[in-house]
Amino acid sequence: MNITTILIVAAVLLVLYLIGTYNGLVVLKTRIQEAFSGIDVQLKRRADLIPNLVETIKGYAKHEKEIFENVTKARSNLMSAKGPQEKAEANNQLTGTLKSLFAVAEAYPQLQANSNFKELQRQLEDTEDKVAYSRQFYNSNVLEYNTKIKIFPTNLFASMLGFKENEFFAANEEERKKVEVKF
Amino acid sequence: MTIYNQISSNKARTWLIFILFVFILTGFFFLIGKLFDSSSAYLVFGLIFSIGSTAVSYFYSDKIILFTAGAKPATKKDFFDFYTVTENLAIADGLSKPKLYVINDPSPNAFATGRNPKHAVICATTGLLDKLDRAELEGVIAHELSHVKNYDILLSSIVAVLVGTVALASNWLMRSLWWGGIGRRDSEDREGINPIMMILGIVALIITPIVATLIQLAISRKREFLADASGALLTRYPNGLARALEKISSDPEPLRTATASTAHLFITNPLKQKKASSWIISLFSTHPSVEERIKILRSM
Repeated sequence: MNITTILIVAAVLLVLYLIGTYNGLVVLKTRIQEAFSGIDVQLKRRADLIPNLVETIKGYAKHEKEIFENVTKARSNLMSAKGPQEKAEANNQLTGTLKSLFAVAEAYPQLQANSNFKELQRQLEDTEDKVAYSRQFYNSNVLEYNTKIKIFPTNLFASMLGFKENEFFAANEEERKKVEVKF
Repeated sequence: MTIYNQISSNKARTWLIFILFVFILTGFFFLIGKLFDSSSAYLVFGLIFSIGSTAVSYFYSDKIILFTAGAKPATKKDFFDFYTVTENLAIADGLSKPKLYVINDPSPNAFATGRNPKHAVICATTGLLDKLDRAELEGVIAHELSHVKNYDILLSSIVAVLVGTVALASNWLMRSLWWGGIGRRDSEDREGINPIMMILGIVALIITPIVATLIQLAISRKREFLADASGALLTRYPNGLARALEKISSDPEPLRTATASTAHLFITNPLKQKKASSWIISLFSTHPSVEERIKILRSM
């Protein structure tokens, strides 16, 4: 075996390795995209529930104009947001305004007894759970991908092949805390 | 053990059990055939019967188990928490939502069945759904989803159906022995039954431990710990499952529709035998002690 054969074999092995690495990273990246569209679906569901909710509360609490406006604005911000970071921020903003909306609703016992309102509240809570869980799935995929491109020897080729670190979908701290109910 | 070698080990064990089952049952029919001087006919019959039942157990184990457990499909309207919690955790795990069934029974328990994550079923009793709050239910469903993802469901569903089939076949063979034996000796008096009774006894003696050992071989108790752990990883809240296990195990009611051949499917033992009731029960103890599981979950 002369030196050229060795070089050719080494080159072929390197190319095979690069192809394998590239394909592996593409698979991970596609998974991230899919997971992200999973979050998107849930965010859209959440946004879709809000006009109904606002209408229902308006029927009982007409004077809280400012809060309704804030919620509507936060909703349209969420609808127009692009990319993980922007979407996460818009979603957190919406969560904040919804909190004040529900705080207002507390003051109206008739509203609390309205079955339509209760159903919407239940749906909204469930959708918020779904946002949280799809975010968890997305982030675990991002973690896997980001770890992979930073690990030796993949890190030597990842940037060369055009793979960059992906953003996490950040949750705001208090939202993710579990509510402990003690009796 | 990681989840990936858990998956391949479950698939390998499933094959092993299929092969063992075909061999044991065919051999069994062959021996019976020898007794009647028509061993080849019995051999062919045994082969067809055992291969047929493995095929049926692969494709229909979930339906058979749900049928024997008396489970009905659960709708989102009637079981909102059950439905949405499963939907949410399936999202978090990147799985498609399993089909949901409910058993109308006050004893709290749950199990998962099916042959792969695309054909999976999670089934809970109404007692479980009534007694647990949402966080506890999340713990239980996450545990069951881990069984789905690990392919534990494939192995344990198949074992349940094949064990049931063995019981059925041995029962059936006993009858055929009984009638065959009597037909052969119709000129003699009733004393001729005694050796048959002895054979029956031997058959029962041989079959039962084999069945028990098969279950024990297949259903390692470790899988429950692994499912607890990966469930807790999914909900990020091990305390939910710990509280659920406490509630489930402190309930004294046994589950009416659970049997010895399906007991290992459930999250905790549904039969609730007293500690020293029978030696056969300890052979069938397919679950690790709940106290130990709770202790581990609490320390996570």
